Amino acid sequence: MRKVNDVILRTVVKGVVLIILTLGVYLFFSGHNAPGGGFIGGLVLGSAIVLLYITYDIETIQRKMPFDFKKVAALGVLLATGTAIGSLYFNVPFLSQTDGYFNIPILGEKHLTTVTIFEAGVALTVIGTLVTIILSISEDD
Amino acid sequence: MNNLIVLPLIIPIMTAVILVFLRRNIILQRIISILTMIFITGISIMILSAVQTEGIIKLDFGGWLPPFGILFVADSFSMLLVVVANIVTIICLIYAFSTIGARHEQMFFYPFVLLLIAGVNGSFLTGDIFNLFVCFEVMLLASYVLIALGGERVQLRESLKYVLINVVTSWIFLVALAYLYGTLKTLNMAHIAERVAEVGQDPLITTVAILFLIVFSIKAGLLLFFWLPGSYIVPPTAVQALFAALLTKVGVYALIRTFTLMFPLNQDVTHTLIGIMAGLTIVLGCMGALAGKDVYTIATYNVIIGVGFILIGLASGTEAALSGAIYYLIHDMLAKGLLFLLVGTMVYLTGETIVKRMSGLIQNYPLFGWIFFVVLLTLTGIPPFSGFVGKILIGQGAIEAGSYVLLAIGFASSIVVLYSLLRIFLASFFGETTVSEEDKKPIPKGVMVSFILFTISIIYLGVGAESLSVYVQDAAHTLINPSIYIDAILGEGV
Amino acid sequence: MESLMVVLVGVLVSVGTYLVLSRNVIRIILGTAVLSHAVHLLILTVGGLKTGDVPVLGSSKGPFTDALPQALILTAIVISFATTAFLLVLAYRMYKTNGTDDVSELRGTSDE
Repeated sequence: MRKVNDVILRTVVKGVVLIILTLGVYLFFSGHNAPGGGFIGGLVLGSAIVLLYITYDIETIQRKMPFDFKKVAALGVLLATGTAIGSLYFNVPFLSQTDGYFNIPILGEKHLTTVTIFEAGVALTVIGTLVTIILSISEDD
Repeated sequence: MNNLIVLPLIIPIMTAVILVFLRRNIILQRIISILTMIFITGISIMILSAVQTEGIIKLDFGGWLPPFGILFVADSFSMLLVVVANIVTIICLIYAFSTIGARHEQMFFYPFVLLLIAGVNGSFLTGDIFNLFVCFEVMLLASYVLIALGGERVQLRESLKYVLINVVTSWIFLVALAYLYGTLKTLNMAHIAERVAEVGQDPLITTVAILFLIVFSIKAGLLLFFWLPGSYIVPPTAVQALFAALLTKVGVYALIRTFTLMFPLNQDVTHTLIGIMAGLTIVLGCMGALAGKDVYTIATYNVIIGVGFILIGLASGTEAALSGAIYYLIHDMLAKGLLFLLVGTMVYLTGETIVKRMSGLIQNYPLFGWIFFVVLLTLTGIPPFSGFVGKILIGQGAIEAGSYVLLAIGFASSIVVLYSLLRIFLASFFGETTVSEEDKKPIPKGVMVSFILFTISIIYLGVGAESLSVYVQDAAHTLINPSIYIDAILGEGV
Repeated sequence: MESLMVVLVGVLVSVGTYLVLSRNVIRIILGTAVLSHAVHLLILTVGGLKTGDVPVLGSSKGPFTDALPQALILTAIVISFATTAFLLVLAYRMYKTNGTDDVSELRGTSDE
């Protein structure tokens, strides 16, 4: 393999990935009443992972993150459909959602919704799909 | 109770995802997928009988009342098709167990079949036209994968064309949706129907309707079937049968739903257009079937003839014609599924696709030969098999509507169908066998089981037509009186 | 503003159509992507551009802008994302096995 001088890229990525991941998590949690949500959050998180794959080689990242991203996507779909079908158990229409304010120690009063679980599924699906696409092309040759 | 009607969509999706985790365990994948399909078929039959007693059942997602939320609607028409689609899938899965090969099975074959059927069920059940687009896309994405799975040269080449054509079609679908939303400000099918009835179907709405006609015609293979013969030939036999039985039929369903419920007012334009397109489809399909030299070409053009024939029923637009169309739709799903399985097996047994190079199959495989004969009779419409009832009713409807040209074309096509299949039967099944007794490949048991199941359903559909007629008549009655559907959806809210 | 948007949609559609009609597979895929952007803008435009406030309850008394087109577009974007991704991988595989990215060389007869 050709040796590329990418010191700047590697150094910058170390810092930037952290920022992107934080932004992704922020977007993900601001979903239910502000711009954001699972899809956008997932895209941002996924692009951070892709950036890591581009900067360092695939093997290094595989060692640190030994996930099968196809399974991550599958888990996401399962989570999303699971919350949707959960409404059947409570005998309310399919895809119903509920929310409430809970007092959590340390964090204080927080607004929790079932949509967040659904959105987590969406985010996982997006991350899984995004990384799978990039990997399936780049792992070739 | 109402939550039940989302199960035909959601259960296959969830099972498909679970199967992804069981990638290496093929036996478990087979068992789970077939059990899932049987379970859904059971539920669909339950819903179908519930619709008879309780009327149309609807489910508003998340409790958002129509016309604001999206919803699923189960009426007799959609449930009949869901039941048949699931039965066809079960049989094709049984066929696939013994033929598809471990390579496909490990590359997520079963999950994608389940996603395909989820999309098909969703398209039949949805009551919102944008949701119809989404379900179409679920179905199409699964079909893209199934058509390319295997990765052979021809497959990749044809699947690229198939995908591109469908992407552009979906784009036209979105354009039509945008214009529809711009003119009527609603996407709920019942609400659209109500608004169209209020303001009358002016030229603008008719133009939108024609855009939908173009979209669904490409999907259904009505006149715009140029993509169909190339792409249906490349995937493995079980997938071919699924495509032939389900994909075009979803397009036909969408056409019937759109032009009986949403845009029924300007029949001079739309239904005449559908009639002309149906007639041309049959004529061109007949030409293709007559000119075809290999079994696959003949079989695919038979699919096209079938689509044209069903849409004569829609073009005539009377109650008899529509119940004929529904009968024929059900019959066509079963018969075309079986036809493709048989043709695929012929190619597997002989290693040839050209009709003239096969001969004497019936000496080695008598039961196989006679099942082909049954398909031949049923596709031609000879009693007591299933094609007969549909043809009679469509014919009756065409006479009521005075469309004698379509009637003549439709029945002339039966002769062409008979000729094209009889040619295969005489050339390939009779005559001297080229294969000696020792060399002959055995037909796997699962394959024979799937043939027999299909044959039983075809004979049941023909002989037991009476027992189905309650459902079909209710379905046609709802189609011809859209107000029943509209009241069931919007009745309480508006 | 609406007329400007419609002109933009028209430009995008013509660009997309030009690309789709070319012979190179990658250009065709890019063309379908541009076309999908055009139709997303079209949906946004026919829904009416900014006629009121952000449709979040409690943030203002209204009138609110119609939120439905945005929901439709988000769905359509996700779908076109999936389709384009699949198309890219498919085109790449097709190039690998068939050795060409020129669609006019992909003509096939059933007799092969």
